[in-house]
Amino acid sequence: MYVAVKGGERAIENAHRLLAHERRGDRAVPEVSLAQISNQLGLAVDRVMTEGSLYDRELAALAIKQARGDMIEAIFLLRAFRATLPRFGSSEPVDTSQMQVRRRVSSTFKDMPGGQVLGPTFDYTHRLLDPELTGESSPEQPVMTDAEPGLMPRVTDILGRDGLIEASPAEDPEKPVGDLTRDALSFPADRDLRLQNLARGDEGYLLALGYSTQRGYGRSHPFAGEIRLGEVDVEFVAEDVGFAVPLGSITLTECQMVNQFKGSDTEAPCFTRGYGLAFGQSERKVMSMALVDRALRARELGEDIKAPAQDEEFVMSHSDNVQATGFVEHLKLPHYVDFQSELGLLRKLRKEFADANETAVALQEAAE
Amino acid sequence: MTSSSLNDQQTRRREAMGVLGHCATADIAGYLDAVAIPAHEELRRPENGLVMLRGRIGGDGAPFNLGEATVSRAAVRLASGEVGFGYTLGRDGTKAHLIALCDALIQTAEFSDAVETNVLAPLRARVVADVKRKAAETAATKVDFYTLVRGEG
Repeated sequence: MYVAVKGGERAIENAHRLLAHERRGDRAVPEVSLAQISNQLGLAVDRVMTEGSLYDRELAALAIKQARGDMIEAIFLLRAFRATLPRFGSSEPVDTSQMQVRRRVSSTFKDMPGGQVLGPTFDYTHRLLDPELTGESSPEQPVMTDAEPGLMPRVTDILGRDGLIEASPAEDPEKPVGDLTRDALSFPADRDLRLQNLARGDEGYLLALGYSTQRGYGRSHPFAGEIRLGEVDVEFVAEDVGFAVPLGSITLTECQMVNQFKGSDTEAPCFTRGYGLAFGQSERKVMSMALVDRALRARELGEDIKAPAQDEEFVMSHSDNVQATGFVEHLKLPHYVDFQSELGLLRKLRKEFADANETAVALQEAAE
Repeated sequence: MTSSSLNDQQTRRREAMGVLGHCATADIAGYLDAVAIPAHEELRRPENGLVMLRGRIGGDGAPFNLGEATVSRAAVRLASGEVGFGYTLGRDGTKAHLIALCDALIQTAEFSDAVETNVLAPLRARVVADVKRKAAETAATKVDFYTLVRGEG
């Protein structure tokens, strides 16, 4: 039997009105603008774009404001918006070796072409709260020095020249690029699908999984071969135009993790790789992603699959925080009828238990 | 499609689109004021959509889908017949329209030079200056390793 219960409409309407009021907060305090969020809470915007899987700073800032700073709610909003637009097609793959680098560090080589460039980083800050930021701040202008011309080769390219690291998997023009927004996940999943899944996966979840590999659950002896941040140009082959059209540039963070060796009777041992790439400045995310990408290559590299981070079905099925929050949070929606049937069953079981006990007591008394 | 297979005009159009894509709408419109825009019609009204952005495994390997970006596009036809296209990241239809208009104009013998001189040249200078400024700010954070010499040689 299905019983429809009405009567929530007015309560819902008033609850949303109250939410808007609470979101605004004290009306004597100036309202935060999207430009302020985009500029001054930039890393929150980067995370929402990355996990919302939509590069649009203004929309991500709007989502953060609407969600009152709840990141997963903001990511949910961005994903929902995405569904309202048609897809024109796919970009040409971006070339991160052509990045206008704003940060580039390597833990494997001190001296390399282009050098170690710290850029805007929290590293080496003292992690002491800064009382100057409690009021209005006016930081000094950045120092400028002459930049040496020339691109920065990727550290993996330098290692690759001597064959010390495995080559990246070559492109197969016959094989379409996997897209989990179009096709349901199935296992085993190829690395393109795994990387797409990890790229939009929850940062906290990937951080925990990456950390678990360092603690021994699927250990792969990683070094941060290179982390780079900067702008890359995006091109799109528009059929109507007839050539690859520049669309502008996007900010990306990339991590090349260098891991311990593989080799065989026919192949000399070489370092293996894990890869991370994300929108904006998302360093923790790409490092975690690269660790988990490497762990998920266990099958391909013939390693024992023993740890959670090596189990692709486990990792990929639980990485999406929009899916996860949907299933966890649906528990708070009305389950009155389900619960009534559970309640009925429990009452019946308790009655049977009580009846059985009564009979047992009566029998014992009779025996005495 | 590699850039080597493009003809001269396509190469110029691509370069112009590359410059305009990095500029603010108001700036493009401001510089375009100096050009006597000929009669034209909207072949495609500005339209917003998505492009799936792709990376490469390991930075240089097989492609994978990274995530989508919003893109606005438009197309313009001049009365003289040239068709221009505008594609740009974001949801700014006016910007897509202005890029399309510039793209159409630089295909004409009559307006190509005016657009180059009055619009593209100053905007290109801005883009280059911006890139240089960022590079200089970044260069100041480059680590200069040095070795401490102990004692006297």
